[in-house]
Amino acid sequence: MSDSVLAPVRAPFRALTVTFVPEAKELDEGSWAEVESLVEGMLDHRPRAVRRQVRLLLRALDLFSLLRFGRRLSALEADARHRIVSRLQDSPILILRRGVWGLRTLAFLGIYGRATASREIGYRADRRGWEARRTGRKLS
Amino acid sequence: MIETRCDVAIVGSGAGGGTAARELAPLAAQGRRVVVLEQGARLSDDEFTGREVEMAEALYESGGGFLTEEGTLTLALGRAYGGSTAVYTGTSLIAPARIIERWSVPGLEHADIERRSRKYAGQNNVHLLDPDEINDNNRLFVEGCERSGLCARQFPVNVRGCRGSSLCNLGCPNQAKQGTDRVQLPEAERLGVEVVTRAEVLRVENRALVVRVTEPEPGEKGASGPWPPGEYRLSAGIVVAAGGAIGSPALLLRSGYGRTLPRLGEAFTCHPALILVAEHEREISNDVGHPKSFYCDRASEEGFVLETCMYFPFVTAKSLTGFGADHSRFMRAFTRLQMILVLACDRAVPGNRITVDRGGRPRVHYRFTEEVRGSLAAATRAAARVFFAAGAVRVHAPLADPPLLNRDEAHLLDQRVGPGHFKPGKTSISAAHLMGGCAMGSAPANSVTDAWGRVHGVPWLRVADSSLFPDSLEINPYLTVMALSGRAAEAVLHDAGELLETAAGSSSA
Repeated sequence: MSDSVLAPVRAPFRALTVTFVPEAKELDEGSWAEVESLVEGMLDHRPRAVRRQVRLLLRALDLFSLLRFGRRLSALEADARHRIVSRLQDSPILILRRGVWGLRTLAFLGIYGRATASREIGYRADRRGWEARRTGRKLS
Repeated sequence: MIETRCDVAIVGSGAGGGTAARELAPLAAQGRRVVVLEQGARLSDDEFTGREVEMAEALYESGGGFLTEEGTLTLALGRAYGGSTAVYTGTSLIAPARIIERWSVPGLEHADIERRSRKYAGQNNVHLLDPDEINDNNRLFVEGCERSGLCARQFPVNVRGCRGSSLCNLGCPNQAKQGTDRVQLPEAERLGVEVVTRAEVLRVENRALVVRVTEPEPGEKGASGPWPPGEYRLSAGIVVAAGGAIGSPALLLRSGYGRTLPRLGEAFTCHPALILVAEHEREISNDVGHPKSFYCDRASEEGFVLETCMYFPFVTAKSLTGFGADHSRFMRAFTRLQMILVLACDRAVPGNRITVDRGGRPRVHYRFTEEVRGSLAAATRAAARVFFAAGAVRVHAPLADPPLLNRDEAHLLDQRVGPGHFKPGKTSISAAHLMGGCAMGSAPANSVTDAWGRVHGVPWLRVADSSLFPDSLEINPYLTVMALSGRAAEAVLHDAGELLETAAGSSSA
């Protein structure tokens, strides 16, 4: 539909995704591409305003980190990032809570929307249902 | 603009529109042109893959992530041939008498709803699953309820040849679920009704619809619709709005009916729901078998219903509060997770309503009342007790602070769980039972239609879907939607002679 949402804010997006799902720090470049493709695919069907808000929010968080700690989000220690996002998540300001909720939803979509991640957590649903479970085989 | 005409146009193909199509099929058999317009696509059987992200994008409005204006509630509504019946779990309950009586709609009797519901339950093969088809996730719910002094009841479901894929909410990959996409619509088409997919109805004009037909985007699931892409003006003797609790009021609002119908868009309810998750020490069968086989109805006593459920990795992840290591630990215990959906029985209140923006797009306004917050907290406590009684070692409860409760903390439930911990924008809350917006009643001052779905003051315009509900139903709504749609279709058949004659007269004049 249009240009990439994540390309200009890839570093803060990845830093936040690792904050939401710590195991994401082990992802290789191919897996990150898969994560980002799922997120872009979803955003591609959303209104332009939503796409703009996502990009703006990621930039704002990165800037906040720079002003407050002198380092960009991606250069912060994991604990510091966790504290920032936790505070925002519990903020008395609804729009900040909504912002964190939206970003975490995107991160979870990218991480847990992948077939690899489903397998890793043990999710085994199969169209053949009970039959597949009894035989222990899964359709690709 | 391409001009065309029909006798009856039905907007939407879900529980309401699909039922109306089947009931009005005799008109088609008599040579009348009956057209169903569905915004979504029609997928071939092999396109139902059960893969979470791609199926959600193909079958749900906004991929299942339609947000209210406040941004604090996610609404799930189907957009496909068969509407939400393509993505529900097939649970089929008859409306309680106390609810129909409370609605106080002149001319609407519970006995009639019950009779029609039984008819559709028969058509759609509604029955109880055999005990050997019940998975551990459901069995543990029953055991937990029994040990907690609660009554668990089995859901009648509308499946035929269910293989237990557990993928109902992503569209059954085995075509076992008997929604309108498998029963009423195919039968209506066999009798001559036309179903036009990828057809978005932009507005209602005087006995006509303006419709935009689009082509699939590259890579999108579903074939092209039967009409070539373009903008159409479809003249119709009778128009039946069946686009659901968001689609129908939005269509009528952007067509200007709000000026004469002040209640249009009002009385929206949705049974806001939390997904609760608990961890067991051993693996359980959860992602195999029908996911929603039992429920515990506490609506009349405590304002909530507990239902079994089992969701997919992404939905599970976003339903858990918080993030980081604790969140990941829960996700990695997926094979040991039990889930319960808790639904609050909300009531129609001023302000919770559908509007449209300047572009005519629907906007849903919903604020959580104190009663709803209280019901969700009470439901969370009850569900947590059920989990622990069933043997769970940890419970994730979004209305607890902190949200993780260990078994040795079960005695602290009353202190730890409360409505004060409900934080809109942080707590993941969703709804799939969307109701109201074109409420039935006696007059324009208190409603949009009469008890038969006739829009006040517009005899050729009818409503036949969940938007007719004047208040929430407090149970899963599909059979009641079908019953009300059946009534609306009966009224159309009754009035068709006169309405179609006047339509023919006005077009030839």
